[in-house]
Amino acid sequence: MKRLFPILSVLTAILLAYALYLALGKGTPTDALQGDVYRIIYYHVPSAWTAFLLFFINFGASVQYLARAKASRQAAAKWIVIAVGVVGTIAAFVPRVQQQLTSYGMRPSAMATTVLMIVALYFLVGWLFPGDRLDVLAVTTAEVGVVFCTIVLVTGPIWARPVWGIWWAPGDIRLTSTLVLWLIYVSYLVLRRFSNSAQTQMLAAALAVFGALDVPLVYFSIWFFRTQHPQPVIGGGGSMDPRMLHVLLINWMAFLCFAFLVCWSRFRLELLQREVEEAHAMESLAGADAASRASLPLSRSSK
Amino acid sequence: MNSIKFLFAAYIATWAIHAFYLGTLVRRFSRLRQQLKELGKGK
Repeated sequence: MKRLFPILSVLTAILLAYALYLALGKGTPTDALQGDVYRIIYYHVPSAWTAFLLFFINFGASVQYLARAKASRQAAAKWIVIAVGVVGTIAAFVPRVQQQLTSYGMRPSAMATTVLMIVALYFLVGWLFPGDRLDVLAVTTAEVGVVFCTIVLVTGPIWARPVWGIWWAPGDIRLTSTLVLWLIYVSYLVLRRFSNSAQTQMLAAALAVFGALDVPLVYFSIWFFRTQHPQPVIGGGGSMDPRMLHVLLINWMAFLCFAFLVCWSRFRLELLQREVEEAHAMESLAGADAASRASLPLSRSSK
Repeated sequence: MNSIKFLFAAYIATWAIHAFYLGTLVRRFSRLRQQLKELGKGK
């Protein structure tokens, strides 16, 4: 494992450099309306997708962490997820839903695959991270997700200024819901950082579950509401030159690899931090024990 | 439209945020390792 990390780091650095070369290179066409500034899409959109994925993993880990307190709750959560998977897959092929999806430019098979992948990811999280490691994963993905969400909120206005003429569109549901999402996860991290209660992990997990409800609102807001923000680049009625899409997907892959490595480091850091806290607690317990033994003869003699 | 400066600003901002975060991770790692070393000495 110790050798794997540097190897993966080098490969990711090469992939990121290649993705940057493609994003800025002349091989990809320049947008007819926006000019070269459209190339911000190669960092803005993959960062948003990566943040959503990390928040979803945080959601899965938090639900399973909350459910593991009781066997009945754990079984209920498992069957609810399976039911969501089955209903979601069948619903994608119901004629009326199929018609609706097609009108939004989405294929029913794509929706069914997405639902099944979400269910598979949920169970994979529980299988790979048993017990307290679910909580470690939750804090890891929330923190790295906030970093990627910050990039979305910074690159968005930088892109909006030359294209829309304004830095921010007040009241726009996509922009506002993304800011709310960022604020929810920042408050999640603040709660974890400053609360010393024994219930902190449970409270944070509950907050994460509610925070994750904002993710579909952010994603689907441009489908269902009139916004300043453009339509989605994949599905939802948006269209993109295949060469641009190719570069976008390579950039996303590079950012996913980078996010994986950052999460790996953050996960190890959290484990190390818990080890230090445990060692401190053991040391203070040993100190208190020694002090009580030392004071015992004195208390007897005073009597 | 002098939009190229916005493009570079966005790319630089992205890597500046990542570099800042990676820097905080490295600092936290070294601080924890130091604490572990001190705890080991205490024993």
